[in-house]
Amino acid sequence: MDDTQRIVMTGIGLTAPNGNNLTEFRANLLACKSGVKHHDIRYMGKQVAGMCEFDEFKYQSKKLRRRGTRAGSISIYCANEALVDSGIDWEKVDKSMVGVYIGITEHGNVETEEEIYQMHQNNLDWKLWSPHHNPRTVANSPAGEVTLNLSITGPHYTLGSACAGGNVGIIQGVQQLLLGEVDLAFAGGISESSQTFGIFAAFAAQGALAQHEDPTKASRPLDKNRNGIAISEGGCIYILERLSDAKKRGAKIYAEIVGYAINSDATDFVNPNGERQVQCMHKAIKRAGLQISDIDIVNMHATGTGTGDINESKAVKDAFVESKKTYVNFTKGHIGHCMGAAGSLELAGNIPSFIDGTVHPGMNITELDPECVIPNLVFNEPKYLGNINYILNNSFGMLGINSALIVKKYTV
Amino acid sequence: MTSANVRQIVIDIISDIAPDEDVTNLDDKVSLREQLDLDSMDFLDIVMELRKRHKVEVPQEDYPKLATLESCVVYLSPKFA
Repeated sequence: MDDTQRIVMTGIGLTAPNGNNLTEFRANLLACKSGVKHHDIRYMGKQVAGMCEFDEFKYQSKKLRRRGTRAGSISIYCANEALVDSGIDWEKVDKSMVGVYIGITEHGNVETEEEIYQMHQNNLDWKLWSPHHNPRTVANSPAGEVTLNLSITGPHYTLGSACAGGNVGIIQGVQQLLLGEVDLAFAGGISESSQTFGIFAAFAAQGALAQHEDPTKASRPLDKNRNGIAISEGGCIYILERLSDAKKRGAKIYAEIVGYAINSDATDFVNPNGERQVQCMHKAIKRAGLQISDIDIVNMHATGTGTGDINESKAVKDAFVESKKTYVNFTKGHIGHCMGAAGSLELAGNIPSFIDGTVHPGMNITELDPECVIPNLVFNEPKYLGNINYILNNSFGMLGINSALIVKKYTV
Repeated sequence: MTSANVRQIVIDIISDIAPDEDVTNLDDKVSLREQLDLDSMDFLDIVMELRKRHKVEVPQEDYPKLATLESCVVYLSPKFA
């Protein structure tokens, strides 16, 4: 295939509850180090949650942080880290040919809740409602803050795609590069959901909010005694380029994006549909021109909910029934559910396996749920495979949005 | 409340709104926007904080009276009386 039609990842910037760069994140995934802790959530008190502890002012002034949003702050940190990692000479880049595509689960809840809270603290004085509320809560806000920060004049927008957001942001970046709309894409997903009590309260009302006296054990996908989601924030943004451009500048290439698919369940607001998930994975494999047995690692969405994990376990088992060499892992045991960031972060956690040949384990399974038994499931201990060439990354979301993304080890 | 108190109230608010700025050597007679990186949205924030923290209301037509520290003190002092 023509190098102008091949899209590669040349920079990764991330923040997760257990790491603020890829090296730290990967090390903690291999070592089963959790980033989930107890935090005080407004109105609700102590809850398990994953908060990120990156330096907000590394790339942003205090004033602009105050003017902007937590989502913007995470996005700016990740975008700048990715840019530094890519080694691109930013001064020489035509900023009008750079795009910012960020997947989000939701946006604006944090700011709206805060305004309402402040109004209640001040006798419902509506004149205290901030003039910044609208620019903070428009849906393009996190991506727009990145363009302001880096003086990017090409397109920017967010992709509202629930917890499939991380994959969807990357897919959008790939498509825009292939269309020739941009020459460079900042693409990925972010979430600041753990800063808003409403998300916690809603999962609690659903009976799907993780609880455990030891917060590091609260998020336990596929475990028989799992009791819900540990809500987290996070972000992961990639620099995407055409292979021709990456080669021209001698870039370090993490991976090539060779396949992807997005589909819809069309069956329920929250309950997933395993059959559609299988269709989504198979569609991505077909687009990549691969056989099912070519996939070395499948990273599950696996959130830690009762029915969600059972549905996906069956879907993965069914989708890969023909393959004896496909291994399966998941990431939310370590970091909780990073919502819009989940897809891109969890993919990043697996990308170093192209170098170290190892599948990081899913953590916190004490007793594997018999309904979640999957051949070659890697949990609690890393699994060394040696040569790893293809990773399929699943991310699913409410309203029945499914996404699968396939990346390939880049070899010259 | 003394003029010095009112002046300090305004400086405290500016410090929160523009935390990267050095507010220790401001010239009271020179426009705040000439001395600090403040835009029109920042002035809206100053008005908002006066209302929130001190129940002082500044109608829109009076915003120009907040141009310098000196004019702030002159304008706001009666409201803190």
